[in-house]
Amino acid sequence: MGTTVMERPLARGTTKARRRRVVGLGTLVAVLVIAAAVSLAVGARALSPAEVWHGLFAAPDSDQRLTEIRLIVRTVRMPRTVLAIVAGIALGVGGALIQGYTRNPIADTGLLGVNSGASFTVVSVIAVFGFADPFQYVWFAFLGAAVAGVVVFGLASIGRGAGNPLTLALAGQGITVFLAAMTTAVALSDQASLNTLRFWNAGSVAGVGFDVIWPVALFIAIGLVLALTTLPALNLLNLGDDVARGLGVNIALSRTIGIAAITLLAGAATAACGPIAFLGLMVAHVARYLTGPDYRWLVPYAGLLGAVVLLLCDIVGRLVVRPGELDAGVVVALLGAPFFAALVWLGKFRSA
Amino acid sequence: MSGTDVKPSVAPGVRLGQVSFVWRPWLVCVTLLLAAATFLVFCLSIGVGDFPIGLSRVIATILGGGERVDEFVIMDLRMPRALAGLIVGIALGVSGALTQSIARNPLASPDILGITGGAGAVSVFLVTVSGGTAAAVVSAVGLSTAALAGGLGTGLLVYFLAWRRGVDGFRLILIGISVSAMMEAITTWLLVTADIKDVARAQAWLVGSLDNRSWSEVRVALWCTLVLLAVVFCVAFQFKPMHLGDEVAAGLGVRYAMVRAVLLLCAVLLAAVGVSAAGPVPFVALVAPQVAMRLARCPTPPMVASGMVGALLLIGADLVARTALPITLPVGVVTAAIGGPFLVYLLVRANLR
Repeated sequence: MGTTVMERPLARGTTKARRRRVVGLGTLVAVLVIAAAVSLAVGARALSPAEVWHGLFAAPDSDQRLTEIRLIVRTVRMPRTVLAIVAGIALGVGGALIQGYTRNPIADTGLLGVNSGASFTVVSVIAVFGFADPFQYVWFAFLGAAVAGVVVFGLASIGRGAGNPLTLALAGQGITVFLAAMTTAVALSDQASLNTLRFWNAGSVAGVGFDVIWPVALFIAIGLVLALTTLPALNLLNLGDDVARGLGVNIALSRTIGIAAITLLAGAATAACGPIAFLGLMVAHVARYLTGPDYRWLVPYAGLLGAVVLLLCDIVGRLVVRPGELDAGVVVALLGAPFFAALVWLGKFRSA
Repeated sequence: MSGTDVKPSVAPGVRLGQVSFVWRPWLVCVTLLLAAATFLVFCLSIGVGDFPIGLSRVIATILGGGERVDEFVIMDLRMPRALAGLIVGIALGVSGALTQSIARNPLASPDILGITGGAGAVSVFLVTVSGGTAAAVVSAVGLSTAALAGGLGTGLLVYFLAWRRGVDGFRLILIGISVSAMMEAITTWLLVTADIKDVARAQAWLVGSLDNRSWSEVRVALWCTLVLLAVVFCVAFQFKPMHLGDEVAAGLGVRYAMVRAVLLLCAVLLAAVGVSAAGPVPFVALVAPQVAMRLARCPTPPMVASGMVGALLLIGADLVARTALPITLPVGVVTAAIGGPFLVYLLVRANLR
């Protein structure tokens, strides 16, 4: 009697689900491109699409008006659009990763003390060295964010508390409050740093040139690569430590790479824009609602959603109080919070 | 089998009519010592300032008698600040003890439902926005009452937003986070658009400060705290059996769901009163019950001793902030400097056991 090997067909919904997710991803990319185009056109001085095109690609000529347009598009709108996309991707991916590694549905990049570490270093270097240009203090901000994140994660990994989401939340909250108080102490003693602090706290994608954006984008790219390599392990880790170990995952290594990725992403985004809270949390939940719990789809969705949301919030911030501006970080919380609360009320989110 | 007597427990039970409790002599002793220490630091804090007054003169003036000039400086100028520190310290200490007892977690904090964010947004708004309405509100009800109203309003908003055929804990927390984020964004925006001098005042309040307390604010805080403490002490007797677990408590006739709800509400309200009077002072509600518990060698955070430690911590921190540092800083900075490392110590100790 020979043995018969039967090929089991894939479960019926799988190809359909996969196709739906790919289409969704494509839609998000299309929305992002449209949003970027709108961002280039909108502002205190509205530009038509033809003018935007000219501003991006035309060669210098002697027409005064066209030179102005080129200046606006290249030096003001282009950097801010690029930064919004890059920072949005970083914060979205970082938020999704944090929720995955901490198994905590209320985890946000701000939870790791990253925001307050960056703020503290910024006010300290401004008070001590008198820096005024973002290019000078952004590296210190990144360093402060990274150190704070590592300290919080280190505290949460000691002994029995390792991997316990509550320990991470408490350690993060404690370090955040401590650093925030120290930041205020430094800021109150030096008026220049108090002034910079209050603008820094608002989380803005404007006012940063390409000399800062390209290095920051490099760090974010490294963080993204690290993140993408650990996604399969993250899926397994979410089944529980014992199951993951049984399936061959090196838990310490994956966790370390994951935290390195989160610190790079959140630290670089915060260093460039200032603290933008709540974006990662909101976007991760919406992405989970769209894709389900598979982190290989959830994380890319979260990244793209983060870029779209941040870009849209920046655009809205430019429109509502013309000719002034609302910073993107403020708009994210003001618009995103009610939207998120509405989704929570409708019961769209379950405990992770 | 005879002759084996069970030794009485170290902490014997006492019954007086309808009330029974455990007699812990060390706890009573520690509480009295803490109260004495708090009074001492209170008087020291009053004595410090541009016009230094010796300790004996301060005590004489408080107990009645003492010179007219001392009485003016102490009663009109310095007493509000010291009293505010005392009241807020007690409120935060008791609030922290309640929260940690209910949550059975030494690291729980009473700030939930975005009360701090709401109080902060209202306060910063009134401080930084100049103009008719803001000034009218401040002169009518005082900054701290407005902040209290803002904080409680935010808490109610969160509770009602989360209510959908009952309150689910997860939904409550998520909506609380959303509303807090919104309040913080509003506060940040107000700070960006304000004048730099107002920003310094607002930033000092936001870290927890006892500057410029007036008698009216202190009176409001005092009455609210007294009422809440009365409720707590009436209900807290029923709370002791709950440390043994819900089933045991129910078997002993305790309505544990209601007791827990009432005590949690009191904890939140006490924290709200503290925030409205002194701003969100960090770590007092976390540190005070733990220190009291360790000093008194109790199994759970003791209420009265936590209040005393909270007051001692806050007044002591205020004293340090005004005297020991090269520039005057708000009291919240000192409590954070003490509380942060203490929290790290608690975390490491809890996990390394």
